[in-house]
Amino acid sequence: MNKKTLQRFLSLVRANSSLVILLLVALPISLLSPDFLTGNNLLTVALQTSMIAIAAIGMTFTLITGGVDLSVGSVAALTGALAAGLATKSGLGTYPAILVALSAAALVGAFNGALIAWGRIPPFVATLASMAAARGLTLVYTEGRPISGLDKLFTFWSSDFHGIPIPLFVLIFVAIVAYIILHRSIFGNYVFAVGGNEETSRLAGISPIKIKFGVYIISALCAGLTGLLLTARLWSAQPNSGTGLELDAIASSVLGGASLMGGAGSVTGAIIGTFIIGVLTNGLNLLEVPSYNQQVIKGMMFIIAVLLDYLLKSRLKKS
Amino acid sequence: MRFKMTDQTYRLELKNIVKSFPGVMAVRDVTLAAYFGEILALVGENGAGKSTLMNILSGALIADSGMILLDGNEVRITSPRRAQELGIAMIHQELALIPQMSVAQNIFLGREPLQVSGILVDTKKMQADAQVIINQLGLDFAVSAIISDLSIAQRQMVEIAKAISIKSRVIILDEPTSALSERESVKLFEMMHTLREQKVTLIYISHRMEEIFSFSDRIAVMRDGQLVGVEPTGNLSINSVVQMMVGRELKEFFPKTETEIGEIVLEAYGLRSGSRLKNASLFLRRGEIVGLAGLVGSGRTEIARVLFGADPLEAGEIIVAGQKVKIQSPEEAIRLGIGLVTEDRKAQGLFLRQSVRSNASITLFTKFSRFGFLQVKKIDRWIRSAINQLNIRTPNLEQHVGNLSGGNQQKVVIARWLALNPQILILDEPTRGIDVSAKAEIHNLMGELASKGMAILMISSELPEILGISDRILVMREGRLMAEFSRLDATQDKIMQAATGQLENAGINLNE
Ligand SMILES: Nc1ncnc2c1ncn2[C@@H]1O[C@H](COP(=O)(O)OP(=O)(O)OP(=O)(O)O)[C@@H](O)[C@H]1O
Ligand SMILES: [Mg+2]
Repeated sequence: MNKKTLQRFLSLVRANSSLVILLLVALPISLLSPDFLTGNNLLTVALQTSMIAIAAIGMTFTLITGGVDLSVGSVAALTGALAAGLATKSGLGTYPAILVALSAAALVGAFNGALIAWGRIPPFVATLASMAAARGLTLVYTEGRPISGLDKLFTFWSSDFHGIPIPLFVLIFVAIVAYIILHRSIFGNYVFAVGGNEETSRLAGISPIKIKFGVYIISALCAGLTGLLLTARLWSAQPNSGTGLELDAIASSVLGGASLMGGAGSVTGAIIGTFIIGVLTNGLNLLEVPSYNQQVIKGMMFIIAVLLDYLLKSRLKKS
Repeated sequence: MRFKMTDQTYRLELKNIVKSFPGVMAVRDVTLAAYFGEILALVGENGAGKSTLMNILSGALIADSGMILLDGNEVRITSPRRAQELGIAMIHQELALIPQMSVAQNIFLGREPLQVSGILVDTKKMQADAQVIINQLGLDFAVSAIISDLSIAQRQMVEIAKAISIKSRVIILDEPTSALSERESVKLFEMMHTLREQKVTLIYISHRMEEIFSFSDRIAVMRDGQLVGVEPTGNLSINSVVQMMVGRELKEFFPKTETEIGEIVLEAYGLRSGSRLKNASLFLRRGEIVGLAGLVGSGRTEIARVLFGADPLEAGEIIVAGQKVKIQSPEEAIRLGIGLVTEDRKAQGLFLRQSVRSNASITLFTKFSRFGFLQVKKIDRWIRSAINQLNIRTPNLEQHVGNLSGGNQQKVVIARWLALNPQILILDEPTRGIDVSAKAEIHNLMGELASKGMAILMISSELPEILGISDRILVMREGRLMAEFSRLDATQDKIMQAATGQLENAGINLNE
């Protein structure tokens, strides 16, 4: 191929690499399984994916600052349990219960943020600790048993509107708000700045501490929303729900172009990244791949995607 | 075996080199040759393509077309490693040493001598070999010294030692003296002359005209990616070179605008911080440009940093506009109307992987926003006008700042402070790496800002610059303010003497 066109093609691929990966994953699946491209199946994918995507959006904020939030799965479980518990047992009413539960999530986020921003504890360590602590709190609160008996107001959030799952609307709403915060607000610009170069940010008059504090609250709130949707969907709060959510969220963000070194990432990327994983999981289910094997395939897939991204980047740099 | 008819006195020939980046033609058809054992200075405005051309020679970039001959044979330089094998070494604008490692480790990085086992590094041999080079160059630090403990000048020497250790025949230095004091530069040039005696070809890029004229054998001038001339230094004058660079005549290098000096806006007494800043008192007045001179490491940057709240103040008092203040973070300093253009733009001034837009506007977000949302249009309009005013060369606002030429990067940092219009602006080496005409523009700008009532503190290692634009000059030595001169009293000699301690307590001594 002509060098110029090849270059142009490569840079087009690079700019939309996560979309390209999504196509590369979807194509063989749709060829191998006739059930994949049916409306019903796609809606199932959308439902499962939107919930994880919300957590992935929150995760993207922390990744951009060069941090990470490992506590999202536990926070999701805690939020779901609190909301379900308060709604069914305290007589608090469903929506107030949800609000209290989300505030609790924000509190965990603030705790993470404080440890990381003021305490200067590495994000990995701080959120690993709160991952254990929040899971523990959930188990204490639920006494290790599911909480069921949710009312219509609660389960509504997992129903559908003319066939389209409500969580998908929630995702769209969260995505728009997150997009505006990340790409249009001062705060979002500072998030990129702090991730790009913390010292430069400080000398430009930004307070990196406040920014870091903020992103962990955002991440926890997103995780909390995911937890609420998971609860609504199962019609009950499961004490062990959300396990492994952190991995899915991190993988999605990175597949969507977020850098583990900080300074890069986007809301749309996080969503596309989640869909890559969602489509892959769905495809493997349709093809009746045993779930243990699926784990291995997903892991490999993740590594290949990151490598591909890296190769494209360095290829472009050279030319 | 091919035979060449080329003139064998050339060590190196570049023929019809072309290199373009998206949106920029950085090098256009450049043909340039260098002799055995000469010092060839490469000059040109910021963004003229000097670094790009040299990066092609050192394998960091690959030319779109063109040919390179070394000792008359065509060579293909496809990587920095290949360049090293061919005996071409480049010392970059931003030094590339590993700060946590020792001098010896850095010199032999990637080429560590091994013990007989073939696995373990022969540390003894490595240190001994490094010592030989250090001695040969007459350097005064230990081979076991850790890079981060060395001054910038010493680090530069380590880079040169590294180049020599690979038996380089061609050594390229990209703005080697921009971070050095005059004295350190002289030492560097002595070393370059020694290398020249050994038939090494040295190509060096610089914006400092005095220096180029005292030390180079020939001067090559680039403009807009083209080579506009190469002449023996003796045949040229500073004026003619500048004219070739900018394509027109420049009248004054250090224009001084006279301004009305107003009331005191900042007073500081007994400032102390860390081991570098021991005791300094000073004041700044509206409309006044104060030059802060001194050797590298004398505590000048530390003064800037404590006044800006970037480092904690251990003792002393700061009074801004009559109010005693505690400045605990840059955020607070900015609120008090203080701005700082930092010295190390890569580590402290820029977000290298982000766009020109974000870099130039980061301090403006609070000013140009409503309810926490950016007024993108206003910001863009402002940035465009700043780009025009400072003549920043960038294809568009989306360009990563890391892709701009060094001088243009510096201008982006300065742009950041313009719109905030602080009462007090501190500039630490503001024209480091900036070409003559842009330098004049920045000096003009400083004069203009001062005439509007801003108080300016400028740190500079370049005495002509200090003498040229300051209304008052302060001199530091070893963490203390040693002397103060008025514009009329100051001379290069007096400042040097105060800075090196030959003249105790000159002028009005500010320390009790
Ligand atoms: N990697 C890159 N991508 C895009 N443009 C680039 C890149 N590197 C350099 N340029 C552009 O090429 C031009 C020449 O840059 P170069 O760094 O060679 O200038 P220079 O003469 O060294 O300037 P200075 O004196 O400021 O260091 C500039 O317009 C610069 O913005
Ligand atoms: Mg350069």
